[in-house]
Amino acid sequence: MTTHADQTTPFVPRFDAPESQGRKLAIICSKGNLDMAYPGLILANAALGEGVETHLFFTFWGFDMINKKTSGDLKFTMLGNTATHLPQGLGGIPGMTHLATSQMKKAIADLDVPEVPEFLDQIVGSGGHLWACRMSADMQHLTEGDLRDDVEGIISASDFIELTEGAQLLFI
Amino acid sequence: MPTTTIAGQAVEVNDEGFLTRPDQWSDDLGTELARLIGIELTADHWKLVRFLRDDFAHQGETATLRRVSTQTGTPIKSLFDLFPGKPAKKMAYVAGLPKPKGCV
Repeated sequence: MTTHADQTTPFVPRFDAPESQGRKLAIICSKGNLDMAYPGLILANAALGEGVETHLFFTFWGFDMINKKTSGDLKFTMLGNTATHLPQGLGGIPGMTHLATSQMKKAIADLDVPEVPEFLDQIVGSGGHLWACRMSADMQHLTEGDLRDDVEGIISASDFIELTEGAQLLFI
Repeated sequence: MPTTTIAGQAVEVNDEGFLTRPDQWSDDLGTELARLIGIELTADHWKLVRFLRDDFAHQGETATLRRVSTQTGTPIKSLFDLFPGKPAKKMAYVAGLPKPKGCV
């Protein structure tokens, strides 16, 4: 048994240890499927909760996560996803994507995990930064008005690389 | 389990320093735990600490940041203002509870 009882300094968790200061995380969100939206959101949220400066860069289909028209309406499909372990033909039946999406949304809600727009609210409330990709915006003919108000800007890939200097990076 | 002396009281802690016996906690100890991590507890802090204690007693696990926010009606940003840097862990520490296990 270890005892710290005889020490004058209490044993306290090192929440603000200097070696953990200044850590940065950049997450590139390139997918617009419901199931592929969550990994980035969960990791961003976890990083912010650990005091890590976190930037999310939305590109290509990831734009659906921050487009006001689609953000709350991402879908999950069985098609092309062998991990459902069901015959692929089932996925093509009309209404199947709707059903699969509803089931996944319910499973997520049962864990008290928010839907995508509310999750992004929480990430921004925690100090996270949202950025949109310039080329994707141009391709999809979208402007800042089409995106969530808390997206800090539509920026080029070079700008993103510059502002995340020294960051750890995740591509999803 | 290691023990450490906080506010003149010997308490059991884990290898990170979190209290391992919720029954060893008291308001006075909570005040001292907060002071040790650089937080002076206000009424707003206490409201959250009391929720955590009460919720742990009923649920058997420490509330995540999201649960604290939704159940107490406190915006996430305020939680970060009150317990800067690592709010979920700091709150749990002050309340004498294990750090939360949930991901969100």
